[in-house]
Amino acid sequence: MRITQGTFSYLPDLTDDEIAMQVQYALDHGWALSVEFTDDPHPRNHYWHMWGLPMFDLHDAAGVVYEVNECRQAYPLYYIRVNAYDASPTRQTTALSFIVNRPPDEPGFRLERQEHVDRRLRYTLHPYAADRPAGDRYPPTMPER
Amino acid sequence: MTSDNTMERWGAGVIPYAEMGYWQPDYQPKDTDLLAAFRITPQAGVPPEEAGAAVAGESSTATWTVVWTDRLTAYDRYQGKCFRVDPVPGKNGEYIAYVAYDIDLFEEGSIANLTSSIIGNVFGFKALKALRLEDMRIPPHYTKTFQGPAHGTVMEREYLNKYGRPLLGATVKPKLGLSARNYGRVVYEALRGGLDFTKDDENINSQPFMRWRDRFLFCMEAVNRAQAETAEIKGHYMNVTSATMEDMYERAEFARDLGSVIVMIDLTIGYTAIQSMAKWARRNGMLLHLHRAGHSTYTRQKSHGVSFRVIAKWMRLAGVDHIHAGTVVGKLEGDPNSVAGFYDTLRLDQVPADPVKGLYFDQDWISMPGVMPVASGGIHAGQMHQLLHYLGEDVVLQFGGGTIGHPMGIAAGATANRVALEAMIKARNEGRDYLAEGEDILRAAARRSRELDVALATWGDVTFTYESTDTPDVVETPTSV
Amino acid sequence: MPTPGGTDQESTTQGPTDPAARSRRASPSRLPADATVDLAAERRASGIDEILDTLDRELVGLAPVKTRIRELAALLLVDRVRQGFQLSASRPSLHMSFTGSPGTGKTTVALRMAELLHRLGCIDRGHLVAVTRDDLVGQYVGHTAPKTKEVIKRAMGGVLFIDEAYYLYRAENERDYGQEAIEILLQVMESHRDSLVVIFAGYKDRMESFFSSNPGLSSRIAHHLDFSDYDLDELMAIAALMLEREHYRFSEPAERTFRDYLQRRMRQPRFANARSVRNALERARLRQANRLLAATGRTWSRDDLMRFEPEDFLASRVFADEST
Repeated sequence: MRITQGTFSYLPDLTDDEIAMQVQYALDHGWALSVEFTDDPHPRNHYWHMWGLPMFDLHDAAGVVYEVNECRQAYPLYYIRVNAYDASPTRQTTALSFIVNRPPDEPGFRLERQEHVDRRLRYTLHPYAADRPAGDRYPPTMPER
Repeated sequence: MTSDNTMERWGAGVIPYAEMGYWQPDYQPKDTDLLAAFRITPQAGVPPEEAGAAVAGESSTATWTVVWTDRLTAYDRYQGKCFRVDPVPGKNGEYIAYVAYDIDLFEEGSIANLTSSIIGNVFGFKALKALRLEDMRIPPHYTKTFQGPAHGTVMEREYLNKYGRPLLGATVKPKLGLSARNYGRVVYEALRGGLDFTKDDENINSQPFMRWRDRFLFCMEAVNRAQAETAEIKGHYMNVTSATMEDMYERAEFARDLGSVIVMIDLTIGYTAIQSMAKWARRNGMLLHLHRAGHSTYTRQKSHGVSFRVIAKWMRLAGVDHIHAGTVVGKLEGDPNSVAGFYDTLRLDQVPADPVKGLYFDQDWISMPGVMPVASGGIHAGQMHQLLHYLGEDVVLQFGGGTIGHPMGIAAGATANRVALEAMIKARNEGRDYLAEGEDILRAAARRSRELDVALATWGDVTFTYESTDTPDVVETPTSV
Repeated sequence: MPTPGGTDQESTTQGPTDPAARSRRASPSRLPADATVDLAAERRASGIDEILDTLDRELVGLAPVKTRIRELAALLLVDRVRQGFQLSASRPSLHMSFTGSPGTGKTTVALRMAELLHRLGCIDRGHLVAVTRDDLVGQYVGHTAPKTKEVIKRAMGGVLFIDEAYYLYRAENERDYGQEAIEILLQVMESHRDSLVVIFAGYKDRMESFFSSNPGLSSRIAHHLDFSDYDLDELMAIAALMLEREHYRFSEPAERTFRDYLQRRMRQPRFANARSVRNALERARLRQANRLLAATGRTWSRDDLMRFEPEDFLASRVFADEST
């Protein structure tokens, strides 16, 4: 299973050069970049761990690619994404967000159904990876940062 | 006013509107005034100023004859004032009349009252052959009395966790006749293949072949299955349009209880019902999709009716999150410039007047969230570069036939659209001239996606190049893409 | 999500943004082995001469530095062409040291160097990030690495100029966090030589001892530029350039007075070459303004407003110190 969150998940994984071009697009718009990682890819997990603070005032994409690679080194088996944030008035939200690292094996989700009255069902999405404790979800284990 | 003039003005009988104070060429509109631009076609022999004054009068205080009870009021405040009449270049007998209305004329936060005032009476007026409301300037003082979109584009993206690209949708086809179980299959396949939304059509309500409750249950099974397979948030626009508000609330609440992120209504339910549903949607954390069913009966003709840009403005005030607003390249009416004007009106905070886009006034939305326009009708993956160019990023692209009609199946059709979209966004961000190189970009992406390859082979050449009827006056010849 | 970050002490100068910078740096197009190359045309196309001319115009003297820069520009240009013939593999290291007293034009040259390297295709953006120790080194454990990386990331695509670089290293304190900053710099200078050029700057003698205690650093620096102190005539020429820009001039006696002033000032401690000239002229503007305002009952011409007189300098402490 391949999770398809993010702007480019239906394309082949981006190379570092391709990542740099997307980052440069964001920089040219004056957006701040950030790198985030997680081992819980639930679609409603909005708060991935922050790999350092968002990067404001960069001129060149190389600085972001540098942090992506630092993060990959520390968490090679986690999901890692790059976000671009637009702080302009009436927007003030993420403008671009794409995955730059995935665990080699993505076990996916179990859909749990709870029968209810009137034929209603209550649905819950359960990541198989979450059966293991946080930090130990995509073996082999990596040291905490 | 001398006593002689007073006698003249208030003597019993019929006097021209222009002389009753509805024509005031020196009037300076106040910041708090609502302004309207009407396209008027006076009957032969009626001077344009008199026709403009008549529109101002009939859409505010006037009746056909003098009434002494006017004198019990500060009537000059309540009079609509036609302050400018311009001939339309190249159109003999057509004029644009500008009318200012005092803010006192309108009830706070009520589209019904606003529309009853501005278009309530005047469109059947005999002294005019035809009349069209082209645009309105809503002053901030009045805008602030409306709720506005239940969530707006920013909140919608944060809710769905989807950024940096248009959203993708499809309307389930065939429109009529599928049983709930078969209907849910289409939803499931389209969403798991890569679409973000699927949609009930405007006339899917609760018919004998499929009752609403059954549809909702099967569609939510489909939505949840697709979420589990993609780890993305998915939605199906549950059409809750029905005969009474009680029915609509019941259906909307059921959709909410099943975990749907979005419900949908038709324009045919009426402005008051739309405002009620917008409040319900905000209260219940549900996105609200509006299908503009029926609008073409009064928006399409250039000389008579109400321009869609006015409807778009009213709907942003009324508080919907989505509204269909044209595709430019698809099968339905949509001149590129006019559509650009609709999209600006729905999405921007400060919308500058622009005759090319048919925008007559500056409109300041004072940070009221934007509405996500929806492009639907006869579009397909092979037009992705044009769609992105004309419609931008904050838009839902709906490929109904272009998803479900894919020779490899519905999921493959969805994947083809998603691959084409992501490839185009990637190319744009990389600084490529994606409009000119669009076909190359799609072909390159298709080399790594059999789904897209087949889609391009199937629909690559389909275009709908007919002249638009509703075009801005300043553009010499009607445009098509 | 993010809120705007902390205050930035260092100055950042935006380099030129041209369309070419939009796409990633393209490697020079491959040439067939029997092709010929018009170097003069390559040179015109790169636009380096504009920068070299600017440098000549804005900086008096510094002949050896200017020569070194021209040599370097020629080397990089030819190198680029050689790459077209597959004759050079990777880009040579471009990290530099600028040594010299304060006010000898190191920052100005660094600014132009960034532009030059950008035009020659060595870096993507061509901006200059100028910092000192405080921008790189934290006061507490764990603060230095993020600070240094932050600065490095901001400088990527351009030139990182570290003024008074020797303050990074404090031999007397083994636990000094400056060492951590140096190690990160070393690593990035090696691994990211394609996206960052670092210039270390400071007094010549202190830089020499800094490099001798950090041999790893020294070995990664390819170009040393020494900025000598200006002589009296050069300083007078600098003053003339500054006055011209600000629409002032010396009266003849004032010019003699200023020459005298400089001679005295050069012998005093903390003399900072061009910077001292600028400061002296700033103070003279102040005195001139007060002189004009104090003389009541007369009118002033345009020329009066432009002209410095001897008394605008004679009130300086420099003259007072000598007489006591």
